[in-house]
Parts: sequence; C-alpha cells; structure tokens
Amino acid sequence: MPQKFTPQEQVGEKMEKQESGRKRQGDFLRLLRYSALRVIALFLAVVVGVYLMILIANMGGYVDEIRRAEIAFNVAQQVRGSPEFADLPEERRREIMDSMIETEERRLGLDQPFILRSVYYLRDALTLDLGRSENLTSDAGSRQVRHIILERLPPTLFLFLTAQIITFFAGLFIALTLSRQYGSKLDKIMVALAPTSAAPSWFYGIFLILIFAALLGVLPFGRMVAAPPPDDTLQYALSVIRHLILPVAAIVLGALFLSVYQWRTYFLIYSMEDYVEMAKAKGLSGRKIERRYILRPTLPPIITSFMLGIITVWMGQIVLETVFNWPGLGRLLFQAIGLYDTPVIIGIIVIFAYLLALTVFVLDFIYAMVDPRVKVGGEGGQST
Amino acid sequence: MSVIKRRLQELKEYPSAILGLTIIGILVIISLYAVITIPYGEAIRLWRGGEGVWIENPRNVPPAWTNHFPGVDRPETKVFSTLDRPDLKEITQVTDEVAEISISIPFTYEYDEFPREMSLFFAAEYENTRPFATIYWVTPDGREIELREGSIADRSAYRISQDRDLQRRKLDNLRPQVGLFAEEDSDPPRVLPGEYELRIEGYIFEPDSDLEAQFINYGQVHGLAGTDHRRRDISLALLWGTPIALAFGLLAAVGSTVTTMILAAIGVWYSRWVDGLIQKLTEVNLILQPLVVLVMIGTLYSRSIWVMLAVIIVLNIFSGAIKVYRSLFLQIKESHYVEAARAYGAGNLRIVFRYLIPRAIPVLVPQFVTLIPSLVFLEATLALLGLGDPVLPTWGKVLEDAQQHGALYLGHYYWVLSPSFLLILTGMGFSMVGFALDRILNPRLRGM
Repeated sequence: MPQKFTPQEQVGEKMEKQESGRKRQGDFLRLLRYSALRVIALFLAVVVGVYLMILIANMGGYVDEIRRAEIAFNVAQQVRGSPEFADLPEERRREIMDSMIETEERRLGLDQPFILRSVYYLRDALTLDLGRSENLTSDAGSRQVRHIILERLPPTLFLFLTAQIITFFAGLFIALTLSRQYGSKLDKIMVALAPTSAAPSWFYGIFLILIFAALLGVLPFGRMVAAPPPDDTLQYALSVIRHLILPVAAIVLGALFLSVYQWRTYFLIYSMEDYVEMAKAKGLSGRKIERRYILRPTLPPIITSFMLGIITVWMGQIVLETVFNWPGLGRLLFQAIGLYDTPVIIGIIVIFAYLLALTVFVLDFIYAMVDPRVKVGGEGGQST
Repeated sequence: MSVIKRRLQELKEYPSAILGLTIIGILVIISLYAVITIPYGEAIRLWRGGEGVWIENPRNVPPAWTNHFPGVDRPETKVFSTLDRPDLKEITQVTDEVAEISISIPFTYEYDEFPREMSLFFAAEYENTRPFATIYWVTPDGREIELREGSIADRSAYRISQDRDLQRRKLDNLRPQVGLFAEEDSDPPRVLPGEYELRIEGYIFEPDSDLEAQFINYGQVHGLAGTDHRRRDISLALLWGTPIALAFGLLAAVGSTVTTMILAAIGVWYSRWVDGLIQKLTEVNLILQPLVVLVMIGTLYSRSIWVMLAVIIVLNIFSGAIKVYRSLFLQIKESHYVEAARAYGAGNLRIVFRYLIPRAIPVLVPQFVTLIPSLVFLEATLALLGLGDPVLPTWGKVLEDAQQHGALYLGHYYWVLSPSFLLILTGMGFSMVGFALDRILNPRLRGM
C-alpha cells in the first residue's frame, strides 16, 4: 500500500528540503544578528559593572593609593638602579625622586578630577592592566596582576567546564528517565533529595574529602596534580584525573538534585500538552515523541534554569577551590584576601565579570539555537 | 489573605513540610535559649577569650557523648583546686616564720586512654621569699616519682605534660601524661587503673605567706560539641550561631524579595525608562559575581556581618527573580480589575501596592523560603574565605577554624561535622517547607 504514495512523498520531501534550506539560512542570519547584539549588550553590561565596582572600590581612595604606591615603587627602582644618581647625596636624590613622582602622577592623570580618572581606571581594568600585585606572585615569578590571573584561569575553567557538562547531561538524562516513570519510588526519592541542593558545592566537598581522603584514603585531599608532578604526560593526565574526581563530584552533587527535580517537572508539564496526546494518538513511537515533542520545547526553560544557577555555581566554586587547594582563581582570591592584595582582588572582579558574561552569552546562544521564537532585540532571550 | 491561609492549611498534607517546620521550630527554640541564657556581650567575650577564659578545657577534643560509642572510654577533665577544697591542704607551723605546707590530691583514674595534658597552676602569697616545694606523683602500685623541685612564683604554671626533662630522665622517654599513668614495662603503654596521688610538699617562709594549687588533668572529651584549638567550647559557637544564622537568612531574604517585588511592580506599571533601567541593572548585576563583590567590600571596608547583610540585599535585589515577577506583573497589569481600579481613578502608587503586589504574594512566599538556606550558607561561605564577622561566633567561623587547622587531616572530624550538621539541618528545614509551598501555591506544579 505505501508504495502508491511514493512519488508524491518524494516531491513533498524535495520541497521540504528546499524550504528547510532557505529556512536554515534565515536561521543562521537570525542567530548571527542575535549573537552580535548580545555580545554588544553583554560587553556594555561588563563595562557598567566594572565601572560601578571602580566607583565603590575608590570610595576611600583605594585605587588612587594603589596607583601612587606603584609610581613611587617604579621611581625608586629607577633611581636606585641607575648609576647617574648613585653619587648624589641622599637629600638631593629624594628631591629628584619627588619631582619624578610628581611628573609621573601628572602624566598618569592622578591630578585630574575623579570623573576623568575613573575612565582611565576603567580602561586599565578592562584590559586587566592592573599593575603589580602587592604580595602575590605568579608561579612563573611575575608580579604583574595580569600574569597572575591568566595563569590561574585555565585550571578554573577546566574544573568548571568538566563539572557543568557532566551536570547538564547527567541531569537531563536522569530527569527524562524520571519523567517516564512518574510516581515511582525512584522518582519520589529524587524529589525528596531536591532540598539538599540548598548546600553549596564546597559543603559536599568537605564531606567527600572526609570520606574518600581522610577515612578511606583512596583519593587525594586536594591540589591538581601529585607533588612532585609526574614527568610522563600520560601519568600526568592520570594524576590530574585522580585529583579531579572529588571536586567535580562535589559540584555535581551540589547542583544535580535540584536540576533533576526542576527539569523533571518541566518534562511532565510539557508531556501533558495536547499536541503530545495528538502525537500519541497518531501512533508515533515513544522515543520520537520524547525527542520531538517533549525534549525540544522543554530545552529553553531548562537552559534558563541552568543560567539562573550559574552564578551560584561560580560562587560555590570559588570556595570549593580553596577547600580542595585547586590552583584556580578561587584559591587566588582566598590568598589575595589573606594578604590584602587589592590589585589582585580587583583583577579577579574583572575576570569574573568576563567569565560570567561569557557564560551568559554561551547559554543565550544555545537558547537562541533551540528556541526559534527568539527574535532580535526581543525579550525571548530570558522569558519563561 | 484567607486564600493564603487556606493554602497554608494544605501544608499539613506534605510530610516533608511538617518535618521542615519541626526543624525550623527546634532552631527557633535553640536561638531563644541561646539569646536568653548567654547575653550577646557575654557570648562575644567568651568567644574572643583566650587561655584566661578557657584554661580548664582540653585542647582539640571530641564531644563527651562519643564515650557512649561501644569500646570507647575516654577520660574527662578533672579539676582539683585547694581554693575549692581547703581540706586538701595542710599547714604546720615549724617556727614563727617558717611553716611546712603539704597539699595532697588523691584521685581515681580508670579510663582506657591517657589524659590529653596535665597542668599545675599556683597562686602564691609572699613578700620577698617564694615558697619552696617538691612535687611527687604516686601511682596505684606504690611507685613514687619526684616530678620537680623548686621555688614557686605567684601565678606560675607547671605544665607537667610538657616537662621534657621528666620525660627523658624518669619516664623512659614516654610523654609525661602517658608515662605517669602507664603500667610499668607495658608496651604499647597501657593505663594502670586505680588511685593516684599528686603531692606537693614544701615550705613557706613568711608569716603571711600562702600557697594555693590547682591541678587540671585534661580529658580526651569535652561537653556537647568538643573544643577547638584555643580550648574554646565549640557548643558556644553552635548555640549562638543559630540565632545569627536565622536572623541573617531571614533579614536578607525579606529585604531582597520584598524590594525585588516592589521594584518589579513599579517597573511594570510605569514601564518606559523605569522598566528599562531596572532591566539594564539586572543585566549588569548578572555579570557581577556577588561573592567577589562581597570580598572587595570585606577587604576594603568592613567585615561586619551587618554590612555584609546590607550588601547582599542590594546585590540580590536585581537578581534573576526580578524577571519572574516582571512576567507575572505584566499579566496582572492587563487584568480587568486593574482596569476597573484605573477607571475609578486610583493613583499609580495605589495600584502598585494595593492591586499588583498582593496578587504576586503566592509566588513570593515559596521564593522567599527557599532563598533563606542559600543565604545561611552564604554566611558560612564568607567565613570560610576568611571574611566572617570578626567578633561573632558563627557556624561558618567554626568551619573556617577547622579548615585552617587541618581538622580533616588530623582526624578532628567532630570539629567539621557539628557545624556542618547544623548548616544542612537549617538548609533542609527551610527548603523542605519552601518546596512544599511552591507546589501548593504554584498551580502549574500542583500534584507533582
């Protein structure tokens, strides 16, 4: 019987293909325009955010002080280092230094009104040109804030991405499984476990260390690689993986149950829609219904909920790195607090602004990809 | 309002909500107890006090109830003072000026483990010549060991367990608190149970001279929650941490949710630039990592818990929740009864506060309850980063101390477990109620 319809079907398919080709191109342009606008909007947000932070930081003149200290340091270095000043008496040298400092301060605009200066600070902060740290040094020995921060960035991103990818896919899989067996014992257990996500990841980290490092002794207490690090690349990778297990497990534990609960609920809501009933009535297979009629429309709210959780996740990770001695930005922040290293703290604010903006952008982008309703300049980005 | 009341009645149908409410109730009772029995100033004085306040406590020992575990029999701290028990002391006049003084402290020791430390504290009265004394230790099997001999200054201490000389010369290089209580030639050393005696014999050389002694045999367990590295009783911080945590969580949650809702309502009602501005601020706030901002405030300005609280509220106002309220108010704004209000000439603010906001309260309540645990944990997070309030005893500070002093490496698990337990208890209590409320008040989630 079906053969009878073949030619017609083929024609239909062809038309569909052409149409979908055109549609895809339109989609692509829409996505491109949307992303461009989002990048601009987010960059503006970063600029405003960092500017606000500079205003707050400089409320007691702190940034000015840092700048002055740096100028004085550089001038002293210069004078001490050059032979032409070596023979001069102490007093004369001091005079020269003072006048050099004054010139330098004028050159850098420290004598200008704060409004103007704040713009310079903004520029410097956005380019992470924050001068020298007060106490901290990078592992390579540099005291440039930029070097210190950039050195700590990869471990942080590595930990964050690994944990987020696992959380997202594991959460999606478990939520979908649970929504299939709504009301079962497993479902009830997961719902009951959802409130445990009130605790941040570092909290679970402490318990994981207690169980697996202190009591069982099977996994390391912290750090990213064994000390001393193995020379062999393979051994190195294995060591990193061994050290990665507990922190990643802590992050996943901290976020998984709540996500599973929320997403399972979304799946249930969407699987009660009329068109799902319709699809069932048409006799489509369970998998197909799930993929096309349930998963697809549920993805946007899932991404939104994921995005709303991101700030908390980042916040948890800052402390988690401290608990696990993970050599990332969070640990750096902890050290900087301990040493009152203001330039580094301000640098971390800026780098986190960039990181959050990037995370928001990536999620927005995925959102726009899965939700065709998102229009340029529209509100679709975050509604639901 | 009656609708809310009716809905709250439905809470009874959720066992998790009942459990959550019970937990919250217990926490409130603990808070009241803490605040009533230990006044605020006293709590701070005790928590900041050093050896002077806590000298009678052992250092870093687990709680006393661990003795109920099978096979555990750890000693408790015993304090003997001639001030409390003058019968321990005997003075016999030898000449007009010189008198013989004898202090005898007998006690039973029948535990499986050795004491943590042993210390002897003296208070001596004299003008010019210090009292002179010899300190002896008598074991149940009759051995007599001379611990030390010498003149005794006022307010001096003899830390028996730190006497390296004694350890080397008389105790086969066993630490004094082990060697003095061990069975002879037992290896590994075993406690010899029975009657021990600490004897001080000496002379005072002036008519008005006197000598008082206090012997502390530090145990291996203490109180409800053990002690920390500064001999402080951790239960004080656990007790006082409760009202602080609850107050912090509640104030921050109320402050931010209510302000967020009002702002969202105003934004929606006035729309145009007001709404635009609020939207933009939310966007900016999304980029700022609240913890890092708090860190900056903490390092540059103040670490007081109340300053932090204010900053947290401000940062929380423009959070993602504002979007939830906004979409809700956008719907309400179009409803007929708002139109009716406008028709009878209600002012803008009247509409916002009397017509828009009351309708959104069912959404606010669960949001608000689920926000509390994250704020309680935020306090702990700040403390763990070293930004805790400098004077107040909080759960987070206990965790920070434990973390700083390697509690997990050294096996002082109780130090980490008790504050963690209270944190997760609070978190779970509020979240369970919040989840149930969410399901009751949010029609989309009903029955799920």
